[in-house]
Amino acid sequence: MNKKILFETMRTLVAIGVALLLAFVIIFTVSEDPGYALQRFLLGPLSSLRNFGNVLEMAIPLVFTGLAISVMFTAKQFNLGAEGGFFFGAVGATALALTFDLPPVIMPIVAILCGGIAGGMGNAIPALLKSKLDASELVSSLMMNYILFWLGIFIINNYFRDAQAGAMASHRLPEQVKLIRVLEGTRLHFGIFIALLMVILVYLFLYRSRWGYALRMVGLNIRFAEYSGINTKSVVLYSQIIGGMIAGMGGAVELLGMYTRFTWFQLPGYGWDGIIVAIMARNNPLLIPVFAFFLGYLRIGADLMARVTDVPSEVVAIIQGIMIMLVTAERLLAGWRHRMIVKEKMQNQPMDEGGVQNG
Amino acid sequence: MANLMDIILSTSFGYAVLRVTTPILFATLGALISIKAGVVNISMEGTMLTAALTGVVISAVTGSGLAGLVAAVLAGMLLGLMLAYFALNLKTDIILAAIAINLMASGGTVFALYIISGDRGISSSLASIVLPKVQIPLIHQIPVVGAVLSNHNILTYVALLSVIVVYVLIYKTPLGLRIRAVGENAHAADSVGISVIKTQYIALIMSGAFAGFGGAFMSMGYVSWFSTNMTAGRGFIALAAEALGMGRPFGVLLTSLLFGTADALANALQAFRIPSEFVQMVPYVVTILGLVVYAKRRQSMAQKHKTEDRV
Repeated sequence: MNKKILFETMRTLVAIGVALLLAFVIIFTVSEDPGYALQRFLLGPLSSLRNFGNVLEMAIPLVFTGLAISVMFTAKQFNLGAEGGFFFGAVGATALALTFDLPPVIMPIVAILCGGIAGGMGNAIPALLKSKLDASELVSSLMMNYILFWLGIFIINNYFRDAQAGAMASHRLPEQVKLIRVLEGTRLHFGIFIALLMVILVYLFLYRSRWGYALRMVGLNIRFAEYSGINTKSVVLYSQIIGGMIAGMGGAVELLGMYTRFTWFQLPGYGWDGIIVAIMARNNPLLIPVFAFFLGYLRIGADLMARVTDVPSEVVAIIQGIMIMLVTAERLLAGWRHRMIVKEKMQNQPMDEGGVQNG
Repeated sequence: MANLMDIILSTSFGYAVLRVTTPILFATLGALISIKAGVVNISMEGTMLTAALTGVVISAVTGSGLAGLVAAVLAGMLLGLMLAYFALNLKTDIILAAIAINLMASGGTVFALYIISGDRGISSSLASIVLPKVQIPLIHQIPVVGAVLSNHNILTYVALLSVIVVYVLIYKTPLGLRIRAVGENAHAADSVGISVIKTQYIALIMSGAFAGFGGAFMSMGYVSWFSTNMTAGRGFIALAAEALGMGRPFGVLLTSLLFGTADALANALQAFRIPSEFVQMVPYVVTILGLVVYAKRRQSMAQKHKTEDRV
């Protein structure tokens, strides 16, 4: 077991190393002042409390969508609807915040739950289609992303739009629904504690609950799970709905923590980022915050670099792609692992079986 | 509503359907070939996007539309090759590798565009070339039919002809037989001496080439520029069109036309008092409905097989 962890760690490090190396090559090729660009990219996030706060702020939504994806991917459900779920969750929270007047503390909790329900409903459609009709959740969840986007825009535009605001935006969110700031000098909000709480809850759910056990079994081998009496259809259903709920809660937390109004008029992309985080973390909930932080760091570093140099921040997109490819490449370093196993066997064999040394 | 019928029954609507179907049809044919060989290529979206940018850049640099088209198709093939290398040699999960390609393409194209031209998000400073429109002799003179079928971008005709090409390729050539054999049962194909990996490589590269054509049409025919995420989910719709067309070349022609019609309808409905948000949803809702119909059909067919087996 330890060997597997060592091997996976090595592969992750190699993937990150290769991707960063490629980024350096790109920066050196396109930049007039590559040294300065690199310094901003790698050390920029640490250069001030505000910049570091930005990294943590950025990591919060990534934790939520990363968890959402990891629940669904653990069950081998390739539902890519976290994007739409995240967006629709924020719409749900906006709708609640602008409709009901609730006391402080209770209001944000209700709003976040409302966002979770909105996100869960969005994913319920691909989930139902998969579990009842065996229709590909991959395609239907991708379509749902666009449907939820336009539905959300419709809801905001027709019921909650502030005609006074210049651009398309909802009315101002009431003060008591917003999440409080937790670090002076940054915009870091209470959402970071909610995110960490979710990490623990998802871990307990996946590894310490009956439902989570069934979910993991379905992911390992759906036929075996079925044969051993697990209701696989219901796992297919609830894994995706729970994933959607987590994504929706993420959208709500992001909105209540970072915004004064609903102002998103395109999909924010956190759902796709969640896939990156989940893959890097091998769907392990406890590793999700680590890689959410890592990705947030890369993003903020690239933004800081783009602000003062001639390298666009989209360079991160290339790094991410390479990282996913290499991390998931099963053959990568397989030769190294093979040699390691063989070497160990060779050493142990004489003692185990009394075989010929170096035979 | 009478007005709406007028629009739908007009020749310009028929023309628009063919126009918006073109990129979907290319991507769907690409998806079809890969799925026939047992490898699902969901990177059509990113591949089209990359090809669209390549076409614009190369045609602007060389001043030749043909060079732009060739470069776009080559870019598509290259991404197909990359997907094949990761999925078949490095054993990356093909879905995740394709997601990686899509993510790389959506940010990478913005990055590359900025580095090459200094444009942010839309290629306004590149003087790219639009591929020519073609008037079909005879058919052009026929009243209604001519207005619908003639004077399209050359790639629209290439797309329609590709349906026949793909049909012949898959059902009438030795390569097509190998592709189908590998897709049906890779072990069986392997046991009779067909190289599974080589066949899947070829299929993925061909599917990239079709996505390349689709991308070239987007930026050098549908419009005359490249813009961020301009493919807007067409590569994903293609997967639904492939499933709905049950993997048959002429079936996917019909389903691509269905999605094209939904798309054109969305554009046409914008003139009416239906909230534009719902109009925008039409193609995606149709896709989900299509999936439901397809899944129900497959389920009832499986049921039938089961009862037959029992007899």
